[in-house]
Amino acid sequence: MWTAQRASAAVLAIAVTVHLATVIYAVRGDLTAAEIIARVQGNVAWLIFYVIFVLAAATHAPIGIRTILLESTPLAPRIADALSAAVLLIILILGLRTAFGLYALQT
Amino acid sequence: MKGFSRASNRHPSYWAFIVHRLSGILLTLFLPTHFWALALAIESEATLDEMLRWSDHPLVRASEFILVVLLAAHLTGGLRLLAVEFLPWNDRQKTILAAAGGIALGVGVLFLLNAA
Repeated sequence: MWTAQRASAAVLAIAVTVHLATVIYAVRGDLTAAEIIARVQGNVAWLIFYVIFVLAAATHAPIGIRTILLESTPLAPRIADALSAAVLLIILILGLRTAFGLYALQT
Repeated sequence: MKGFSRASNRHPSYWAFIVHRLSGILLTLFLPTHFWALALAIESEATLDEMLRWSDHPLVRASEFILVVLLAAHLTGGLRLLAVEFLPWNDRQKTILAAAGGIALGVGVLFLLNAA
């Protein structure tokens, strides 16, 4: 888990930098749904980027949450494992559904 | 956090540790909301536009600023941790911490300036 946390952190370092730059660029003027859709719809490069982003976040966040729960709360390891598994599933399912949904959007 | 002395609690690295953990928790809690908001575009472009207009409200914009700073702080703090773990030790940790905090705030200000 230690290696997965660091490897996903390295991937996220690049993904978050790209994401922050995109956000700062996109909010210039009035951000509209049409702009967001035009950027990601049918764009394989953005789809690959967001899938990698979601996979890295779904690896990184649950491990971090589990560590915090184990070190800073009296929760039993079994409960910490279950909660971090729930975090993993939520990020993975919602994230991938959004990435593929926006990519396949028909206008 | 057990076993930390009061002296270690005063060191900037301790506060970096707290910021990294708190920002990690808050960002994890925010992620499902973020995905839900983006998924609105899949259901209806107009609904997402309505939400984007709602984000022009000063309080919502302030929350967005906080989120951008949290994300940038988690990024710069995380890069510092990776450097501590994988690169030779650097004695200028306080300077690196100040730079990490400054860059995170700077990213937030850049966001606000562009969004205004």
